[in-house]
Amino acid sequence: MTVTENNNGPTVASPRRYDKPRTPQGKAGKWADERLGLSGSLRSQLNKVFPDHWSFMMGEIALYSFVILILTGTFLTFFFDASMAEVRYNGSYIPLDGVEMSRAYASTLHISFDVRGGLVMRQIHHWAALLFMASMTVHMFRVFFTGAFRKPRELNWLIGLGLITLGLVEGFAGYSLPDDLLSGTGLRIAEAIMQSIPVIGSWVAFLVFGSKFPGTEIIGRLYIVHVLLVPGILAGLIGAHLALIVKQKHTDFPGPGKNETTVSGERMYPTYGLKAGGFFFMVFGICAALGGLAQINPVWLFGPYNPAQVSSGSQPDWYIGFLDGSTRLFPSWEIRLWSHTIPPLFWPTVVLPGILFTLAGAYPFLEAKLTKDRAHHNLLQRPRDVPVRTGLGAMAIAFYAVLLLSGGNDLIAKAFDISLNAMTWGGRIALMVAPPLAYAVAYRICLGLQRHDREVLEHGIETGIIKLLPNGEFIEVHQPLGPVDDHGHGQLQYAGSAVPKKMNRLGNPHTGKVRGFLWPVRESAEIEAELRALQAQEADRRERELTD
Amino acid sequence: MSGTSPDHPKQNLSAEEVAKLSTEEAMIAGAETDDVFIVHRRERFPIAGTKAEKRAERIVAGVFLLGFLAAVGFIVVFCGAVPYQWKLPGQGSQDFRYFTPLLGALLGLALGAIGIGTVLWAKWLLPEEEVVQDRHDGPVDSAQQMLTAATLVQGFHDTGIARRSMLKTTLGLAGGALAVVPLVALVGAMIKKPNRGQGQSLFHTLWASGVAVVDSEGKRIGPDDILPGGLMTVFPGVPGGVAAGDSPTLLIRLRPGQSIKARKGQASFQWEDFVAYSKICTHAGCPASLYEQQTGRLLCPCHQSQFQVLEDAKPVFGPATRSLPKLPLGVEVVDGTQYFVAKGDFPEAVGPAFWERP
Repeated sequence: MTVTENNNGPTVASPRRYDKPRTPQGKAGKWADERLGLSGSLRSQLNKVFPDHWSFMMGEIALYSFVILILTGTFLTFFFDASMAEVRYNGSYIPLDGVEMSRAYASTLHISFDVRGGLVMRQIHHWAALLFMASMTVHMFRVFFTGAFRKPRELNWLIGLGLITLGLVEGFAGYSLPDDLLSGTGLRIAEAIMQSIPVIGSWVAFLVFGSKFPGTEIIGRLYIVHVLLVPGILAGLIGAHLALIVKQKHTDFPGPGKNETTVSGERMYPTYGLKAGGFFFMVFGICAALGGLAQINPVWLFGPYNPAQVSSGSQPDWYIGFLDGSTRLFPSWEIRLWSHTIPPLFWPTVVLPGILFTLAGAYPFLEAKLTKDRAHHNLLQRPRDVPVRTGLGAMAIAFYAVLLLSGGNDLIAKAFDISLNAMTWGGRIALMVAPPLAYAVAYRICLGLQRHDREVLEHGIETGIIKLLPNGEFIEVHQPLGPVDDHGHGQLQYAGSAVPKKMNRLGNPHTGKVRGFLWPVRESAEIEAELRALQAQEADRRERELTD
Repeated sequence: MSGTSPDHPKQNLSAEEVAKLSTEEAMIAGAETDDVFIVHRRERFPIAGTKAEKRAERIVAGVFLLGFLAAVGFIVVFCGAVPYQWKLPGQGSQDFRYFTPLLGALLGLALGAIGIGTVLWAKWLLPEEEVVQDRHDGPVDSAQQMLTAATLVQGFHDTGIARRSMLKTTLGLAGGALAVVPLVALVGAMIKKPNRGQGQSLFHTLWASGVAVVDSEGKRIGPDDILPGGLMTVFPGVPGGVAAGDSPTLLIRLRPGQSIKARKGQASFQWEDFVAYSKICTHAGCPASLYEQQTGRLLCPCHQSQFQVLEDAKPVFGPATRSLPKLPLGVEVVDGTQYFVAKGDFPEAVGPAFWERP
């Protein structure tokens, strides 16, 4: 290690020389490169630039929770027995001693009570599954509201939608495996949904279950779907999703120094990689803490599945809730034609999700067609700048929210002492009224925010200082953001990026943002002075170079 | 502040030239070879060894140390410091209740510490950089596109598929038939004709004429087992009757003064003030099990379908469309005690509707 004079100041030591590797790592690297010849592509991946915004972390959470699911799920497979053979329980959970149950349920009890650390793993797995679905959903919102799905990223939107759909299937399959009273009721409903499909319904149900409900096959089949088939497809799609991000590079918000042809931020190695790696551990840590401290799916309280029993207040995992809600709200409209039946169950559970997912998949193409926007987009839009899309998104979220709340309308009715029938009717009406209302409100808010941006650009930031003029008039002093014309009006155009609205948001033109999350980072006076000196030195050096 | 502007790329350097650069300069040159421009780079602590820098380093190290302690704690707890096996209160130490929360908290702390420490390290101690990379996704290079298209078209032409229609047809036949094979193999293996086989009909349950009415323990049920206004889940007294998915039945004893308006042809299904309906909701197949004896309403907790027992279990609210099927109920006397028997199966399919159902 030598101390060299370089631009970072005289006191910072420079790293070890790189051209003649002497360390074991260096030699190993040289050995590998002489055989694989990867140093060029490796370096370009190490130098890959990732933009920085908190909302870009949602997809990361989804990726990390998938990894957590694989890790904890592998642990669980060592102990779980996906068999519906009847056994008599004789494990250490005395309250269920001697009860007849399937091996699947018995082995879930075994994991929960007799495998050391089994319960915490099971609960981490369940929490991570909920987080997986939640983070994918929020990630989808982010992509939607900022227009990240636009050309050239429509394919990744579709892959993402596929991931959410498969995540639903994967979650439902896993939730059904313990064969407890709650999940068995869910399977019973799933079978009824299959039966409800016109023409082929009973065939589908018999194909999936291997017999009349419940049969002896379904848990074993769901198991292989849950641990091999769907995770395999998910892993493949996640790989494709990430490969497309690498190929197309990440989108970014407009701002100083941002443009369509470059991406700016931090390099993958070392800064972004360290941050992302650290974030993985944080997500895992939160799942682990939840898995230990917050009980989830206590199947031993529900008891083994029995077609004659159900517990009141039965709720599926949250991501299935919207389908439960739609099923509760849909009126009792049955079609009977020529001694055939289309049950009411068919519409809210097969047709409705079909329409919702088709619309979501078609949205990027519909928007491009309707707006005639065929351009290549790398810069995102602020939701306020696209009020129609934001309104449509708010509308979709309102629709979904009414369905989700209706999925728990019995619990809400109980908690607030409301009639259950009133909750159902309220949900039916809200499903019609809330979405257009949400559209209108979101649209108006967008316009209001746009106007305020323009106002600040024209008149400057409100300083909070009220001035009394000699003639007695009170005026509020505004701080213009840039040069003003003769009337004191700003000349800045709106650039699609955040407009500073508070005095302490001004300045820091270099990065375009204030550093620090809760409080702006302030340099100590000592460092500021030193920096100024260094900068002056640097400027001096440049000037000399130019004059030479 | 260092770094070069995008206007002065240090590209195409020879090995000798690179060897003359400092490590940092070579890193920057390498980045610029990949069109990655470090427009702003600065040490977070330009003066090494300040109090602030030492404090930052100490905090990160402290976080890592906390992670170390938590991980050790996890191992200690896991390996037996806290018992893990469930014990009935009063029959053993209840300390096992702390096992899972402790594992979760310690593992969360161990993972979280590494996470937080690493992120703080990156944010506080790594050089601050603003880096710009060319996206290289400008307009499509149409020459490239045409060359590739030509390669594809010429290759296709070389195979002669367009001309050799016999090959095209036969390969299409072979491939098309082969594509059906996995579908046949999987679906064909799994497919089951609905309603065929013992106990597999959606139209029939295990109830039949003369089948005893039993409770979940298999004990026969008679009129004295239920008080007025009460109800009980009963099953067909045949092998597999308690576990069958379609046979659970609600045996209800009306309150004095209550009466039922029976469906056409089903007036005889009732035995005195006892009626029996399928417990399987006609909407989605959950057991409709919440009975309000004052109003005679039966609620399915899954989707809130409500059935009015006094109107012969007609759906009165929620998504269900069909009344709960009614079981023809009779009584036989064994050793001087009255017991319920079925006088036949439900006259219609129980549970959720399906296409073939009239």
